[in-house]
Amino acid sequence: MATITLNDIAHCYSGPSDDPDDYALKQLNLAWRDGGAYALLGPSGCGKTTLLNIISGLLIPTKGRVLFNEQDVTSRPTEQRNIAQIFQFPVIYDTMTVFENLAFPLKNRGRSKKEIDPRVIELARMLDLEDNLHTKACHLTADAKQKISLGRGLIRQSVNAILFDEPLTVIDPQLKWQLRAQLKSLHKQFGFTMIYVTHDQTEALTFADEVVVMYEGEVVQVGTPEALFERPEHTFVGYFIGSPGMNIVPCAVDGDRLRLNGHEIRLGQRYPAPPPGARVELGIRPEYLRLQPPDRDGLSVAIVRVDNVGRHQVARVALGEQLFNVVAADLSGLTGDRASLVIDPARANVYVNDQLYRGATS
Amino acid sequence: MIAKQQNQKAWFMVLPVFLLVAFSAVIPLMTVVNYSVQDTFGNNQFFWAGVDWFRNLVHSERFHSAFLRQLLFSGIILAIEIPLGILIALSMPRRGWGVPVCLITMALPLLIPWNVVGTIWQIFGRVDIGLLGYSLTALGIDYNYTQDPLAAWFTVVIMDIWHWTSLVVLLCYAGLCSIPDAYYQAARIDGASRLAIFRYIQLPKMQRVLLIAFLLRFMDSFMIYTEPFVITGGGPGNSTTFLSIDLVKLAVGQFDLGPAAAMSLIYFLVILLLCYVFYTVMSNIGMESTNHGGS
Amino acid sequence: MHLSLRQVCKKVGNQFHIADVSLTFTAGTLNILLGPTLSGKTSLMRLMAGLDRPTSGSIHVDDRDVTGVPVQKRNVAMVYQQFINYPNLTVYENIASPLRLARLPKHEIDRRVDKVADLLKLAPLLHRSPLELSGGQQQRTALARALVKEAALVLLDEPLANLDYKLREELREELPRIFTATGSIFVYATTEPSEALLLGGATATLHEGRVTQFGPTVDVYNRPENLISAELFSDPPLNTLPVTKLNNSMLYKSQVELPLIDRMPELPDGTYTVAFRPHHLFLQRPSPAAIGVRAEVVIAEITGSESYIHVDVAGVRWVLLAPGIHAHEVGSAIEVFLEPTTFYIFDRHDRLVVSPKLQTTR
Repeated sequence: MATITLNDIAHCYSGPSDDPDDYALKQLNLAWRDGGAYALLGPSGCGKTTLLNIISGLLIPTKGRVLFNEQDVTSRPTEQRNIAQIFQFPVIYDTMTVFENLAFPLKNRGRSKKEIDPRVIELARMLDLEDNLHTKACHLTADAKQKISLGRGLIRQSVNAILFDEPLTVIDPQLKWQLRAQLKSLHKQFGFTMIYVTHDQTEALTFADEVVVMYEGEVVQVGTPEALFERPEHTFVGYFIGSPGMNIVPCAVDGDRLRLNGHEIRLGQRYPAPPPGARVELGIRPEYLRLQPPDRDGLSVAIVRVDNVGRHQVARVALGEQLFNVVAADLSGLTGDRASLVIDPARANVYVNDQLYRGATS
Repeated sequence: MIAKQQNQKAWFMVLPVFLLVAFSAVIPLMTVVNYSVQDTFGNNQFFWAGVDWFRNLVHSERFHSAFLRQLLFSGIILAIEIPLGILIALSMPRRGWGVPVCLITMALPLLIPWNVVGTIWQIFGRVDIGLLGYSLTALGIDYNYTQDPLAAWFTVVIMDIWHWTSLVVLLCYAGLCSIPDAYYQAARIDGASRLAIFRYIQLPKMQRVLLIAFLLRFMDSFMIYTEPFVITGGGPGNSTTFLSIDLVKLAVGQFDLGPAAAMSLIYFLVILLLCYVFYTVMSNIGMESTNHGGS
Repeated sequence: MHLSLRQVCKKVGNQFHIADVSLTFTAGTLNILLGPTLSGKTSLMRLMAGLDRPTSGSIHVDDRDVTGVPVQKRNVAMVYQQFINYPNLTVYENIASPLRLARLPKHEIDRRVDKVADLLKLAPLLHRSPLELSGGQQQRTALARALVKEAALVLLDEPLANLDYKLREELREELPRIFTATGSIFVYATTEPSEALLLGGATATLHEGRVTQFGPTVDVYNRPENLISAELFSDPPLNTLPVTKLNNSMLYKSQVELPLIDRMPELPDGTYTVAFRPHHLFLQRPSPAAIGVRAEVVIAEITGSESYIHVDVAGVRWVLLAPGIHAHEVGSAIEVFLEPTTFYIFDRHDRLVVSPKLQTTR
């Protein structure tokens, strides 16, 4: 087990370059504590897989150092880093049984049968694989195979970190829930440092204590799931996290007043005047908007569409040109095509040139 | 009703193929069957011989020894070419400029016609002007494939290895290239040795191409004719007279159409049977628990 | 136009890939095939397209039997999970390719390609190569090629599965609009219940080659006819409890006792399965009639705005979905609340006998 520190890491696939645009991974610093659960979240092409490969030792970064427990491992190959990795598609040894698959990493390290057997049986029990211990691994379903890949990482008590590269891609939705929960329990039990790469916000947020959101080769925010949801530091985080994402609409800010399409709303904070010419936007989660019948207080909006997504409904409303998504448990109280939109001022974030703009509580 | 009519039409569509197969395979085979149960003294006069030719052949010393020679030859060829092919495929580069160089080099022997290969090795092995023969003799090794059966075998086997190992290499290489990188990475993480990687990843993933390579090499080597015919003509003595050479001697040299036809049929059935056995055995390796675990 | 499958079976070897499926789709509708991997979605689509022939049963287009008619002679288009485009043709040529094959005049091709490119927001990209496009744009191109044929039947086999989460969200929102703009029959396979709900239309739930229910998507979600349909159409997974009804109570292992409300007392005594969705399991008593149950926390997953709490109730695993952040230690004992008005009750043949009062929808 180890703390992992990334010092000024940057990577360019075509070798060192002076043009920052050539870099698939722009300069970044991250420090991960021992035993933490971390997620790298971002759309495809954001550099998250590049970063994972640098940690696993598949890539040597163009710049910067990778430290495991203060020890520089930047140029060490994968096998010397003592890590485990679970890939997008299950990697199993087809000709071996489940037992042999799980025992393989220990056998390779010359452990005795007496030491291996109880460990494998114990682990198989924790992974719910005990009934299949003597089945050939290639005959199992995708989720069981993925558990075997995970098991081969967990069986070694000394691993520095376990890396996950979109491990639930080929798993059916219902089984995803089981596997995800199981993964999290195993993390609690074993206490390994785990790093999970995904484009799926639900997976990242539910798994990790701390999520690193990446966008175009840069880290745009590192934070707890709660911080990413409540106070996105960048409009991209607001858009990427949440389903539907944050409503981001142009506005003007003057002290503690927000002007939106000719309406004025009082904010919970007082903001300094933004630099002239800057793009000022309001960011508000669909969950923190409320719709009331049109005769009540609020901004008068037109209801464009209402989608029923099962446990809640998503309404698309228009305030002049601006569209908002509103999430509500039940919108049956609304009739007609107009409503009043209520914005919770305490939950409203202001962005200047895509960056969170901080004010002071007034 | 509509569907049925279309079905009838479909039969006409396959008729050309049917005729082609009939003329190229079924009818010639039946002619052979026809010859195998008759005797002739020329002049297109035929007498019924029943299964006499088959009975004679099964008890013939000459057939037995040719058959054993043939089995031995195929055995040696497979025992050398398959492992050698895998070994070369494993050591070939996976990317970079070396890939096309290796692939073209490997493909070269396969492009040379059989009889040219025979001629090349016939000259190559000659003690007076051939590099191989001359060098071996100069080293004090008694090598003369026209007189020494061992030298003749050695020449024919080496020639076949030179000619055909590339096929195994190319097939295995294709199999190796289709293994995703994640497998190698996982194996490195698991601390697997080079041997374990081969045993548990590469070999299982190559199983299908190996099966094809094995069958192709078996069938080809079991039917080998041109090259040994060019080099040794079946000699010295009968030491390199394989089944196909014997068959030609019988049919063309002695014009014994009946026995030759019977021998062809037995030859054909033996190949069919062995291929079936190999196919069944090899496709079941590593699949023992198919019955109780299929998902 | 109608497409109807009548008692269609497809047997491969000894296994039924499709067993006795009868479905009728009408023109201008979106029909979703919802089921896990290997439930027969792709097999069914291949039969509809004419790529495979059913073992028994027949397929009709407007009462004309087309069972043996090959795909080339049917008016169908198909979109796959992988983005399949001609890499050496421009986006325009890719989209135009089916029309060129049909030898349409140039001005007609131009007109149709422009129309479909507008619909799919591909107009600015028409002269690019597909390799320069993002995954979402590539899949739009493939979709455009299917739509441009104006085929009577368009089959989409998990078209969004290989896309990033956020791109999926965007396309899901656009697809219903695109579908209604054309008059074709759309058949859309997916493994994800949330996708089916967002797309709307009608849904057929598939399980082991059988259609377990077919009807308007929201109805199938709200009124599953059987337990399998209910389980298939639930994400997070449905919570279930096997109970025995005796006289005036329903009991689970003498540890959970459920009071009988509404029509429940009329049910004959016997064994039943009680099911309810995760957002109908509560941390606080939602109503005076709610039933409190002791539970042990297996794991708590927090997304930043919601919490998924996996609990163990006397050996049964449930998921509780609650808004807000509720961190609970693993293994801690909590009380969770069930709301009997939200229960689905299935008899011992897994048929629905009691359903909750429907949420009124707009």
